[in-house]
Amino acid sequence: MSRSLTILRGGPHLSVQDGGRAGGLGIGLSRGGAADRQAYLAGLALLGQGLGMAVIECAGLGARLRFDTPTRFALTGALMRASLDGQPLESQASHLAPAGAVLDIAALTEGVYGYLSVAGGITNDEIYGGRGYHRIGGFGAALEAGEVLPIGPDADLAAPPHRLRLAQVTAPIRVMPGPQTGLFSDEMCNTFASTTFTRSARANRQGVRLDHEGAAFSTGGQLNHVSDFIAEGDIQMTGDGTPYVLLADCQTIGGYPRIGTVLPADLPRIAQAEAGAEIRFRYVSLEEAEAAWQSDAARLGDLKRACTPRLRDPREMTDLLSYELIDRPPQDVVG
Amino acid sequence: MSDTPEILPLGPDGVLVRFSTALSEPANRAALAFRAAMEARALAGVVESATSLTSAFFRFSPSDLPRAVLEGTIREELGTRDWHAADLPQGRKLWELPAAFGGAEGPGLAESADLAGVSEARAIEEICSQSLRVLALGFAPGQPYLGFLPEHWNIPRQSDVTPEVPRGAVVVAVRQVIPFANAAPTGWRQVGRTGFRCFDPSLTPEIPLSPGDELCFRPVPAADLARLETAPHGGATWEALE
Repeated sequence: MSRSLTILRGGPHLSVQDGGRAGGLGIGLSRGGAADRQAYLAGLALLGQGLGMAVIECAGLGARLRFDTPTRFALTGALMRASLDGQPLESQASHLAPAGAVLDIAALTEGVYGYLSVAGGITNDEIYGGRGYHRIGGFGAALEAGEVLPIGPDADLAAPPHRLRLAQVTAPIRVMPGPQTGLFSDEMCNTFASTTFTRSARANRQGVRLDHEGAAFSTGGQLNHVSDFIAEGDIQMTGDGTPYVLLADCQTIGGYPRIGTVLPADLPRIAQAEAGAEIRFRYVSLEEAEAAWQSDAARLGDLKRACTPRLRDPREMTDLLSYELIDRPPQDVVG
Repeated sequence: MSDTPEILPLGPDGVLVRFSTALSEPANRAALAFRAAMEARALAGVVESATSLTSAFFRFSPSDLPRAVLEGTIREELGTRDWHAADLPQGRKLWELPAAFGGAEGPGLAESADLAGVSEARAIEEICSQSLRVLALGFAPGQPYLGFLPEHWNIPRQSDVTPEVPRGAVVVAVRQVIPFANAAPTGWRQVGRTGFRCFDPSLTPEIPLSPGDELCFRPVPAADLARLETAPHGGATWEALE
C-alpha cells in the first residue's frame, strides 16, 4: 500500500523542505532547507526519525490537507491553531491520523514557520540531492491544492505520541565577527550591538529585513566592495545601510558588506520573529561561537532525549477502530 | 587593499582564504589554484570548498576537524608557492552568448551607460567587444560573475535593491557582468537579457560554465530572444581554448 497525503489548501507559503542540499557552494547553491532548522529537527525527534527526512513548511497563511493513509505526524515551529477532523491539536507534539483524516492549520498564532512532519518523510522526487523548494536556486515549487505527496514507510505506526517542551530564550541574538566586520568602524559595530531593531514586514526564506531608528550602517564604500562568500546568518547592510539577516535560501556570494554572522543556534529565532518583534544583537568571540556549534546529528540526539511521552487522550480519537492500533500491523509496514 | 593572503573565520564552520580585497585577475587565479591544491590534499573533516572572485572557502565539520588544524594546513599550503602567479585551470572554453540589450530587455542600460560616461550604443559595444572571464560561479546555481569591463565601468551597485529581475537578465556593476540564473532581487542594473540558462537540468553537464572560461556577448534584436530561448544553451556556442 502506498502512503500519501493530499494538499487541499496550499499556496506560495507552503513547501516541502528538508535539511537542505549540502556541498553546493561551488556551483552557487546555498544549502536551503527548513528556515527554522531547530523546529525541523524537533519534528524528526518527536517521530523518532533520522536526519534527511522531508517535511512540509508552512508560513503565515496555514494549510489544509488530507492523510490518505494512517500517518503519524508532528507539528513543530510556530504555534498553530490546528485541528484534525475538527479536534484541536497540540503544537510541539506528535499525533496519529487515521486514513482520510483532514488536518486544518487555520493560522499560525506565534512565530512565522510551522512544520508538519510525517513518519516516513515526504518522498517527492529529489532534485540535486534534496527535496525542498529553493526559489533562488530554481528547484521545486510551492505546494498547490490537489497535489498528492508520497510518504515513506513507517516501521513504528503504533509508537506512542510525544511532546517537546523547549525553554524560551530571550537573550540577545549572538553574532560572530566575519571577514567584513572590520570594514565597519568600531563605533558603528558598538552602535549595532546597542540598537534595538524591529523585524520588518519584508521577509522571506532568503532574508529578513530589520528596521531601526538612527543612522544607517555604512562602510563608506558600501556599493563598491568585491563580492565574496556569504554564510547563512550573515547580517548584510544594503546600499542604504539597512540590515538584512540572510536565511536558508540566501545567495552564495554578495557584495553588500556584512557586519557579522548570526550563530546557527540563534538563527531560528530570527526566522521565527514576527513582523514588529524587537531584536537585539550581542557580539561573541570565535571561541564562544565554536562552543555553541553543534552538528545536526548532535542536535537531533539532544532533541530526542528532550521528548516526553504524551498520553493519548481518547477524546481525541473519535473512532478508535479506524486507528488499527491493535493486533494487525498496517500493510504498508509489512510491504 | 592587501595582496597578502588572509585566513578569516566565516561562520563557526568556515574558513575564508582571501587573496585580495580588491578585484584582481591574479587573485582570482590564486583562489582557483589554491582551492584545487587543497582539494588534492583531501583533508578529512573538510566538507566542501569553493572559490569566489578573490577568495577560496573551506567548510569543515568542527566536531571532526579543529579550526586550528585546518588553518595550519592552509598556512602550510599557502607557503608552498606564489599563488598569484598560478596558471588558469585546464580545459577552458570560449563561449559566445547572444543577448538583447536596452529597451524593455535592459531597463537599466541608459543609467548604466551614463554612469560609465558613454552613450547607450557605445555601452553595448564595449560590453560585447571583449571576452570576459568567468571569475566565479555564485549567487544562484551556475551563475557566472564575468569580468572585467574597462575601468570606467567601475560603476556602483544601486542603493536600492530591484525586487526582481527575470531569469536571463544581463546585469552590470563594478566592472562585471552577470547573466542571471533565475528570477531574483538584485542591486545591479539590468542592461539586457539572454536565453542562456546557467543551470539546465536537460543538458549534460547541467552547469555549462566553469571558472576560467571566457565569454563574449553577441548583441541580437529583442525579437530573436523568443526563438533563442528554445535553442540549447539559449543559442550560445563554445569552442575549446588553448
